[in-house]
Parts: sequence; structure tokens; C-alpha cells
Amino acid sequence: MSKDVILDVRNLKVDIPVSAGMLHPVRGISFSVARGETLCIVGESGCGKSLTSLALMGLLPKTATRTADKLDFLGQDIRDLKERQMAALRGVNMAMIFQEPMTSLNPAYTIGNQLIEVYRRHIDPGKAEARERAIFLLEKVGISAAASRLSQYPHQLSGGLRQRVMIAMALMCGPDVIIADEPTTALDVTIQAQILHLLADLQKEFQMGMILITHDLGIVARVADKVQVMYAGSTVEEGPCQAVFDSPLHPYTSGLLRCIPVPGKTQRGSRLGSVPGIVPNLVGDLHGCMFRNRCDHAEAACEALAGDATQLSDGHAFTCRMTPDEAAQAARQTAREVA
Amino acid sequence: MTAALETVDVSCVFQVNQGFMKGSKPLRAVNGVSLKIPKGQVVGLVGESGCGKSTMASILLGLQEPTSGEVLYSGESAGSFDGKDIARRIQPIFQDPYSSLNPTKSIHSIVSLPLRIHNVGDPADWDRKVYDILDLVGLPRRVAQSYPSQLSGGQRQRVAIARALIMRPEVVICDEPTSALDVSVQSQILNLLQDLRQELGLTYLLISHNLAVVEHMADRVAVMYLGRIVEEADADTLFRDPRHPYTKALLGSVLTPDPSLGVPDTHLGTVFPNPIDPPLGCSFHPRCSACMDICSAQTPMPVTEGDHMTECHLYAPQEAVAV
Repeated sequence: MSKDVILDVRNLKVDIPVSAGMLHPVRGISFSVARGETLCIVGESGCGKSLTSLALMGLLPKTATRTADKLDFLGQDIRDLKERQMAALRGVNMAMIFQEPMTSLNPAYTIGNQLIEVYRRHIDPGKAEARERAIFLLEKVGISAAASRLSQYPHQLSGGLRQRVMIAMALMCGPDVIIADEPTTALDVTIQAQILHLLADLQKEFQMGMILITHDLGIVARVADKVQVMYAGSTVEEGPCQAVFDSPLHPYTSGLLRCIPVPGKTQRGSRLGSVPGIVPNLVGDLHGCMFRNRCDHAEAACEALAGDATQLSDGHAFTCRMTPDEAAQAARQTAREVA
Repeated sequence: MTAALETVDVSCVFQVNQGFMKGSKPLRAVNGVSLKIPKGQVVGLVGESGCGKSTMASILLGLQEPTSGEVLYSGESAGSFDGKDIARRIQPIFQDPYSSLNPTKSIHSIVSLPLRIHNVGDPADWDRKVYDILDLVGLPRRVAQSYPSQLSGGQRQRVAIARALIMRPEVVICDEPTSALDVSVQSQILNLLQDLRQELGLTYLLISHNLAVVEHMADRVAVMYLGRIVEEADADTLFRDPRHPYTKALLGSVLTPDPSLGVPDTHLGTVFPNPIDPPLGCSFHPRCSACMDICSAQTPMPVTEGDHMTECHLYAPQEAVAV
């Protein structure tokens, strides 16, 4: 590998026993993230995006089991690490930003307290140095009067500011990879643009790898280097951002792209495309293509066969029984139907 | 033509407690808003959180008494209606279908509640009405016996729409109807709202911060900032030729799925002003990229050109600036 890969995941699976049987929310997904690279994982709710990130962080619920053929982080196999060793990695080498800045900060402690705690626990117990780093990072994420903010409580800050504090907290120990799970979903559009701008800048500056989990294709298009489209726990399409958006091949990807109104392109008041049906139940034995019940191009063959990933040049791949030419034609056809 | 719903110079002021022994200060959530919602049209109301959109919705629904100004339903003053009359004309659809449906009631009970409250028609007919409306919003009849927790987000939002429409209101106020939903479900709900509008001749007030959705649905758009409508025009004009710097910034922050463009820089700054202590002059001036001297001193007056209203000093007539 030419690039400096920091996280390499092969065939990651998560299984959770539920009363009806075994739930398979993540069913064998693979990806890698290099330094300075942004990977976007996109999909509907319930497709396993968030569990994937929790599996990486080792934060799955106790009943869940995680298996993988490979789970290398900074060249180290982290599959069998003890909780104590995992805790040493978390926060220092890999950090996470959650969706809800309202609920992920502790309301009973000041911002400063929460920022400094991470650093003192992992890096250096000295208070002064931690405080200096907290002020430095708060200024980096665009918070004015940083020193006086340290003594404020989360409720005194707006949503956008809280999310900035969360980002500063994730950066406290200088992580190598940052996992952002829907970081802007709870925010206004104007603030969303600012936060994404900020994340992209910081990522370049500190040369971090970033995994951004979102359901918003607009965000994906603007920030991603690589895209991974998930459906029902597995990857249906992946590739460089430009390739996936220019020529989506899997019927699910092209379906999603047809769902969103695009100012200036979609005719006002026209019918939007839709992906009919709902996400399948992932309990028990699963076989065949999971998208077949919602797919316009499903055939009898889809029942039995999941189809292997078809690799195109430049890393673009999709998992479908159709050949790339058939898939491209199918995507064009549905695009015409909507228009 | 009289508008289905109209507000005339409506203001809503809340007294906000400043803490023990510190008294209270007024918060102008809505500050002199005049908005017309013509019959059969979709009016979009956009703005950031805290700008007063939802207070406007409460006032229009008759849930919040405006401090001053008047709400007109089909040209008649709100004073001549009681709550039930207003509820028959105007119904809301809320953002979060997970919290807007009572989890302990069956779908049948939720959808038929308006019928029971208004006690219209023959109770023997109510079952048929419920099934008719479920057909209309595209839900299978068997969900009538289900409970909200057994339905998906999209199905729940359809239930909320069914409940809003069962009394055949004139106006439906959609407060962020799709922002809690997945994209594939969002498009289904938007399509449904379009179909229902044509079928039933509905009038919508669409409150949203997703400008792509507003552009797709609305005939007219009003942009709200800190309790004021700062720009209003028909949708074509507003999206083709936005005039107020705030509208431009909002439009600039829409993320279209175009990988050749990066993340836009809106230059808006982080700080949404404190509505208890709004900036002097134009309330947008601390965040405005085109701020002039006059902006911090003088409140801009609405300037109307055709039916494109802008409240910004940039577009003030020359003689007014000279004074």
C-alpha cells in the first residue's frame, strides 16, 4: 500500500442475540483509512453505520460479539485487546464525535473540567499544561475568549458551540483517527457548513484519518475522499467520491440520489424518486441480496445469490448480480423515469 | 382575494426570568410579522433555530396568544373563533413522529380523536372515515389496530398526516415535516404532501431549515431572522435573485450532492445573537459581510419591489440613505 494506512478493517461482523434469534446488524464490511483521508459511511437508519463505529471503538453493548478477519490500527491487531489496553487507545489514538452535543457533554461539569480530564488521564497529569492545550484547541475550533469559556457549563453554550467543544475534546490527545457519527445532524444549516469546514481544516492540519458517518448525501459529496454506501449491514457500493456520485451503479445508491431535491436541477413540484419499502429484518439466517425486495431490477437470481463485489478500476466497487454495463444502464433508465 | 391565513403586524413577547431577584426581561420572539398565506398555495418559512418560526406556528394554530397584532382566518379576525373552530380550519404536522403520537393509543384511536372531539357526523361512520383517510395517506388498513411503537418513522409521519387531515382542514402547518426522517422516506412524505395538496386543495405553511425541500415545495418563501421577516418573494425570484445577505448565506450553505464543490464558507460567524438583547439597528449586522455604518445605527425599513420584499439597508431608496 502506497498510502499511510492507519486503520484497516476486513470482514467486520457484529452479532447481537435478541429474543427472536441472532441479529446481524453488521455483516462483513471492509474498509481502510489513510492519514489525511476522509471516508464517509452513508446509509439509512438501521443499516449498521453507528454499530460499525462503536465496534471500532470497542464500545459495543456487552451482549454483542464482534468478529473480523483483520482489525489493524496503527499496524497493531486490536481484535483481542483487553478493555484496559483498548481504553488506552480510545481518546488518545482514536477519538469519537457523537451526534448530539446536547447529551454527550456532562451538564454537571464545566467545559474546562471535561476537556482537561481527558488529557490529564491519558497524557500528562499536570494541570497547567492540560489547561494550556485546552485553550489552544478551543481557539483552534473558533471559540472566542477561550480562557473564560473553560469555566462555563454546557447549558451556557449554543448547539454549534457545544459541537465545537466536542471537537476540541476529541482533539485533546492528538488522535490519529477521528470517528464522527452524524456530527452535524442536530445543527442548523449555516452552523453545519461551518462545522464541516472546521473538521476538514483540522484534519488537514493534524493529518488525521477521518470516518464520517452520515445519512446526508450532500455532506458526503462535499467532504468525502472515499464513500462507502451501506445497506442492511453490508457494503453495497464503495469507491472514490467523484466516481460514486458521477456514475452510481448499485440500484440503492442511484435510488437514494434520486430522492433528494437539488435546487436548480429538480423541477419544482415534480415527483421525487423514492426507494419503496422498508429495511429488512436482520434476525436469523440471511441469504441472497438484502435489497431485492425494494429493487426495481430484482430477478429470481437475487433470491439465492448475494453477488460478489464487482471491482472496477480506481477502487470503485459494487455488490450486485448485474454487470457494470447493465447497472449503469439501469441507473440511467431510472433517472429518466423520474425526469 | 382574501388569504386563507394572514397575520397583521403580529408580535409575541415573552418575559424571561433573569434569575433570583434580577427581575425579567422581554424576549421578542416574533416582532411585527405580517405574512399572507393565499389559499391553495405553499408558503415556505425558513430561518435558523431560535428565529421565531415555531412561535409563529403556535400563534397561527391559536395555541399562543400574540402580544399585539392580529391573526385573520379567511379575512375574519381570530377573536371571533374559539379554539375548536380554529382547529377545524388549521392542523399541524410536527417534526418528530416519535414524540407527536401518544404511545399508549392505537392508531385508530389517534386518527379518530379529532372526530370524537368535534363530534361530527354519525359515530357509526367514524370507522369508515378512519379507513378512508388511511387509504389516502397510503397506509394499509391493518395498522389501525397497531400502536405507534410498531410502526417505522415514515409510517408514523403518515399517521400524523392522517390525523391532521381527517377533519379536512383548509390549512396545514408543517413544522419541519421531514427533518427527522431518512432521505428515502423524506421523498415519499414530500410526494404524499404534494399529492394531497392537489387532491384536497390544501394550503400549506412549510416551516423548514432545509432550503432544498422548501425550494422544491413552496410557491412563496419568507426568510425569518430574529423575529422579523427579512425577505419575502415568490420562490422563483427568491432562489434566482436572493437579495438579503442572510438569504444569500442560507442559500450558500445548502449542500447539494456535487462532489466537485467543497464545503461552502458562509462567513456568518458562530454567534447567533442573544434574542433577549438583540443588536441595535439591523439585527443581522454583526454577522453580515456587507455591513455598513448605517446598519448598526438604524433599523432598516422594508423595501418592496414588485412583490419582492427585502428589509436591508443595501436596498433602501437613495433619498432615505441621504437623510
